[in-house]
Amino acid sequence: MLAPVFTDSQGELNKYQRQAWEAFKSLPFPDNSQEAWKRTSIRGMHLNKLQLADSHNNSKIPAELTKPLTDDLHGGEILFNGTQVTIELDEKLAKQGVVFTDLQHAQKDHPEILAKVLKASTTYSEDKFAALAAAFGSNGVLLYIPKNVIVEKPLHSLLWTSGEGKLHAFQVFVFLEENASATFVHESASAENKDSQNLHAALMDVKIGPNSKLNFVELQSLGSQDWNFTHEKVSVDQDAEVDWIFGALGSHLTKNFSDLNLVGRGSTGKMSGFFFTNGNQHLDHDTQQNHLAPNTTSDLLFKGALLGESRSVWQGMIYVAENASKTDGYQANRNLVLSEKARADSIPGLEILTDDVRCTHGATVGKLDTDQVFYLESRGIPRNEAEKLIVEGFFDPIMQRIPFEGVRKRFQNAIEQKMNEY
Amino acid sequence: MSELNIRDLKVSIEGKQILNGVNLNVKQGEVHAIMGPNGTGKSTLAYTLMGHPSYLVNSGEVTFKGQNLLDLAVDERSRLGLFLAFQYPVSIPGVTVANFLRTAVNARRKALNPEDKGIAIPEFRKLLMEKMAVLKMDSSFAGRYLNEGFSGGEKKRAEVLQMAVLQPEIAILDETDSGLDIDALRIVSEGVNLLRSQNIGVLLITHYQRMLNYIKPDVVHIMMGGTIVESGGAELALHLEEHGYDWVREKYENGVPSAS
Repeated sequence: MLAPVFTDSQGELNKYQRQAWEAFKSLPFPDNSQEAWKRTSIRGMHLNKLQLADSHNNSKIPAELTKPLTDDLHGGEILFNGTQVTIELDEKLAKQGVVFTDLQHAQKDHPEILAKVLKASTTYSEDKFAALAAAFGSNGVLLYIPKNVIVEKPLHSLLWTSGEGKLHAFQVFVFLEENASATFVHESASAENKDSQNLHAALMDVKIGPNSKLNFVELQSLGSQDWNFTHEKVSVDQDAEVDWIFGALGSHLTKNFSDLNLVGRGSTGKMSGFFFTNGNQHLDHDTQQNHLAPNTTSDLLFKGALLGESRSVWQGMIYVAENASKTDGYQANRNLVLSEKARADSIPGLEILTDDVRCTHGATVGKLDTDQVFYLESRGIPRNEAEKLIVEGFFDPIMQRIPFEGVRKRFQNAIEQKMNEY
Repeated sequence: MSELNIRDLKVSIEGKQILNGVNLNVKQGEVHAIMGPNGTGKSTLAYTLMGHPSYLVNSGEVTFKGQNLLDLAVDERSRLGLFLAFQYPVSIPGVTVANFLRTAVNARRKALNPEDKGIAIPEFRKLLMEKMAVLKMDSSFAGRYLNEGFSGGEKKRAEVLQMAVLQPEIAILDETDSGLDIDALRIVSEGVNLLRSQNIGVLLITHYQRMLNYIKPDVVHIMMGGTIVESGGAELALHLEEHGYDWVREKYENGVPSAS
């Protein structure tokens, strides 16, 4: 098995990574006996053959991925091409105390902020893969917004990976102080290399201070060689708000844990997800809406479409703690199974420990409606286009939640590409 | 001139024969009304002509503009100039009226010229707004998801809007009058009449005389037991309104003329 390479033995990052490495060594690999891993197997992944990613196999990032997301320029952009990093941040934002950089630079330039963020993060202890991401993830993103700072222009980071038999570990830390707001888009993508096997392990820890608001958009379009394991936690303080959007199109296999923790009174979280699988993809999203304070609101909508022999799992839980009265929780998962051999599992759940709450959920798995197809065909639209239109329509309510034309366009193209092979 | 020609059409659904030999000839510019009680095969005829996969043609033939209609796919029938206004229009969540109709217009252009890049958005918008104004539809209608949450009247109006945009040569209106109040009926009928003045042929399926007050038929057919048993002028519909179908039932048991 690999061992991590720790840099800068004095820094907080080093300390954090060593703790994570200890956690990694003591934690067992998950297996199908655990509820969360019942439907997703990691057999077939050759961990012992993996090597650390290095700079030898970086490849050029496709121009499409670095195009600005809006007509306006980015407020900042960080591009990780394997181990190579380029960082840009609007000078005005830097002067206001906004930090948007990679972890290595953060360690040198903003050690106190990095220390504050890392000390508050315990996500690495969640399980083997979370610990793996933290122990090996010597790089990643730090986004810090000081008190009373409103960032209008979107901040964008992209992790682009390549190579064969590589481990790509990555971490994202976001910290908004009081009365702050920002829009942050993080993308994971890789060069297609289907005869190979890579491991992408990521950890994301987001903290939103009182009265602050974060728009958080995540897009995953990894290649079919990638086995993708992610642990994400968003913690929302008093009267703060998160609008969290996930789009998943790629990877051979994904196991994602996304936790929304409404820790402050009056906090709100909206989670919108969509996935579209084909071939033999297997995408498993595990969501948790934790109402840990009174008067909190959560609203989750996940939509998925499946082609080929692909498989999806969505398992969602709304948890309402004893003290979290007057909460309002909602979750819905809608799946469109477009092929006989594809399969979607949808498992909603509620765990409510107090009265005076409103929690509802819904889950559906359906096929393409033949009457809808006939109706569109009767207007002269050829069948394959009719079907494409229905699938686009299925995703439209989620697309409307994505605040950038550029991102919407990219995903519409991806839907179109996948539908072309249908 | 376009002509829809139906010869001895026999059709079944789920193993049960519903149409027992329909003969009908509709020319461009003519309005034919088909009347008859429930369950006599009027909607089956409409769906079969459009090509719904649940209906199986056992025998007979249908030609449209000289082509064998039954050999064509649903979308090809539409592009050839046939239109069906649905009795129960299907809702398509997430697809706006404008996006849907632009896709339909572009499918037509592309079939004529594979290199076509599609109608320019401003040009399409102008076309759509013109047609909507005729049908007294608010411009916000274009941005709504197709038939999603539409009232009965809005759905029927949307059907006629689609017809106005796609400009078919022969249109089948399957109980387009059902669920409409008097005002909506008048507006929808005016829309149809406008197209009629542009030389469309109409096959109008209805239970009632009332739509025929607005859209004057050239020929009225009575369908019973899966065949057309009587044909006549506009006065036949008035006669039915007054006397009901009992006299037809007495004359034709299960669609077979008792006299022959």
